Amino acid sequence: MAKMLMIYPDRCTGCQNCVLSCSFHHDGEFRPHSSRIRVFNWEIEGFSMPTVCQQCDDAPCVSVCPTAAMYADPAGNRVAWEEAKCIGCRMCTLACPFGAVVYETQKQRIVKCDLCNGSPECVAFCPTSALEYLDETDAVRSRQKAVAVGFKKTFEEVR
Amino acid sequence: MYGWIGTILRVNLTTGSINKEALDPELARKYIGARGLGSRILSDEIDPKIDPLSADNKLIFATGPLSGTNAPSAGHFNIVTKGPLTGTIAASSSGGVFGPMLKYAGYDLVIFEGKAAKPVYLWINDGQVELRDATALWGKTVPETTEAIRAATDDEASVACIGPAGERLVLFANIMNECGRAAGRTGVGAVMGSKNLKAVAVRGTGAVRVADVKGFREAMVKARDMIKNHPVGGGGLKAFGTDVLINILNESGGLPTRNFREGVFATADKVGGESLTKKILTRPRGCFSCIMSCGRATRITNPKYAGVGEGPEYETAWSFGPDCGIDDLDAVTKAHYLCNDYGMDAIAMGTTIACAMDLFESGVITTKDTDGAALRFGDAEMMVEMTRKTGTGEGFGNKLALGSYRLAESYGHPEYSMTAKKQEMPAYDPRALQGIGLNYATSNRGGCHVRGYMTAVEILGNPVKMDNLATEGKAQWTITFQDLTAALDSSGSCLFVTFGIGADELAAMISQATGVPYSTEEFMKIGARIWNLERLFNLKAGLSAKDDTLPPRMLKDPLPAGPCEGQVNKLDQMLPEYYTLRGWDSAGIPTKKKLSELGL
Repeated sequence: MAKMLMIYPDRCTGCQNCVLSCSFHHDGEFRPHSSRIRVFNWEIEGFSMPTVCQQCDDAPCVSVCPTAAMYADPAGNRVAWEEAKCIGCRMCTLACPFGAVVYETQKQRIVKCDLCNGSPECVAFCPTSALEYLDETDAVRSRQKAVAVGFKKTFEEVR
Repeated sequence: MYGWIGTILRVNLTTGSINKEALDPELARKYIGARGLGSRILSDEIDPKIDPLSADNKLIFATGPLSGTNAPSAGHFNIVTKGPLTGTIAASSSGGVFGPMLKYAGYDLVIFEGKAAKPVYLWINDGQVELRDATALWGKTVPETTEAIRAATDDEASVACIGPAGERLVLFANIMNECGRAAGRTGVGAVMGSKNLKAVAVRGTGAVRVADVKGFREAMVKARDMIKNHPVGGGGLKAFGTDVLINILNESGGLPTRNFREGVFATADKVGGESLTKKILTRPRGCFSCIMSCGRATRITNPKYAGVGEGPEYETAWSFGPDCGIDDLDAVTKAHYLCNDYGMDAIAMGTTIACAMDLFESGVITTKDTDGAALRFGDAEMMVEMTRKTGTGEGFGNKLALGSYRLAESYGHPEYSMTAKKQEMPAYDPRALQGIGLNYATSNRGGCHVRGYMTAVEILGNPVKMDNLATEGKAQWTITFQDLTAALDSSGSCLFVTFGIGADELAAMISQATGVPYSTEEFMKIGARIWNLERLFNLKAGLSAKDDTLPPRMLKDPLPAGPCEGQVNKLDQMLPEYYTLRGWDSAGIPTKKKLSELGL
């Protein structure tokens, strides 16, 4: 069954363990700057939001890629790319509505989430389950339930 | 280098010169980093007798080899200087993002020396480093400063800065980073203010590399799992924050109440972690690479104290709460926000107000001294007002800015100050926890729980449970905790990881990160080396065995009620044994034999 990477900003503490584990897994070094996942923090309000490639079904990065290096990979439920075909034109970085495809000048390469080939490190290292890698139906169940719990509470108050 | 970056940044504020120096690998190996390495460099470069607020003092921002890695909760750095509150060597640890970001920019340490002619801030953008005019920032609060500097530099920059308190040399001013994270104790912010240095902003795009990628991953994952499975590290801290301790200490009879007059506060639960979670918690917050997330994002809706921000944590909830006879969580949280905004140590602030309340209720001071304010225990509104006045420097606030020792001494009654070496004791009563009393008395930076956290064995049973009222065996445990903490503080780790792991796991992670093989024994020996180095600094600064003591109230006035009723601290039963086990003579001076054994 194809899985999805789910983000729950309400559980995120802003610790950036996802950022660190991503960089360590892919490059063997701790370098948040080249991590595929980012966390934005609002310190005073205490809010944090991880952002990462959404693995779109109709992905603009795939549509604009002139060499078909970027391609849909339905089996992995993701957008993948072939390093050898990439000409470094950076069209994908312009097309991505999330800013999740980045061209890194230092190493002359495209940096984008590859879901660690089905075993995402960011999920393994998130201490609060703000990131989960789930079956497509399970992915939304906790949110559906949260709505139900909220309704139950309201219903009890009204009754 | 691995673990370490290998570069020190030296900034002379008098001349404006900025230089990059190579980190001496031998010194790094012997002192690990952060607190240890910073203290070695400070000891080598300044005369311990100098005035801490003069241009002769130096201010060192120091990271450790684990800072910036994925080791659990290893986002810490230390600020090392001669402290103005105590006159001792001072290392103040902070989480946040600053330490790791400094390493990504390419530096292990930044050393500030001299004094700028006008307010400046340092902007570190990877290899480009410049001093910039901060005249327009002078007088601004911590969030205002942070926002303004990010707007002028980069919105991802980490900003470590002082607030108005540090500028005005409040003796317990702190240095804040990411708005809500503090190098809180010993008045390091006043040293920064004395140098006309408003802030250090840093953005780094580089990497921290480790010697053995596979080995480090294994050691790090093992440590994470041990913390995750620990009832405090993976349970209590996450669920309720450090404030979970309020009810635990209160039940033990060791929650200092009304300036340490008592050890039990009837309505303590109202400011405890459980109440905090229920009433004001927005969500838990974690420092960089933290897996415990003890930080608390909170919101106060009560219009009198309305606001959002971080905290309170246990010490703040206590210092502004039970120690002032107050159980109003909204007021306590507001006082914490004010400390964050103005840049002040919330332990010293709350306890100095408690001391003033004690002086007032005892008739030592009157409304003539306090701008007309009646300072009574339990008056929450007055407590918040006094915190604000200290932050802004109005009237009696300028007396409170001296800390409780100098405040009480100025009225001829230093015995009302609950301090060790002139720094305020935190939220564990030494009469109820005998060992924590020994730790306060011998601490190299004055009254402090994070030099040797005896509460772990005396109350929490980590790693073993000891009788909190006994004195036997406390000297050895105090030494073990002091040495462990000194080495841990040097690694870049947060002290709270000891709720799950110990010296074995820390030594393993540092070894894999640096490629230098540290055994557990070597790691603990480095802790002892740092402790003795700090002791030597303090002795040269003019302190002596007579300073290894507690306030007379702790030694003479028994706790009036509760589980520890009738107890005083029996320091005289523990201190001689402590000196002996440390390898010091009866005057508390390290013997030649001990020093050579430690390579000092």
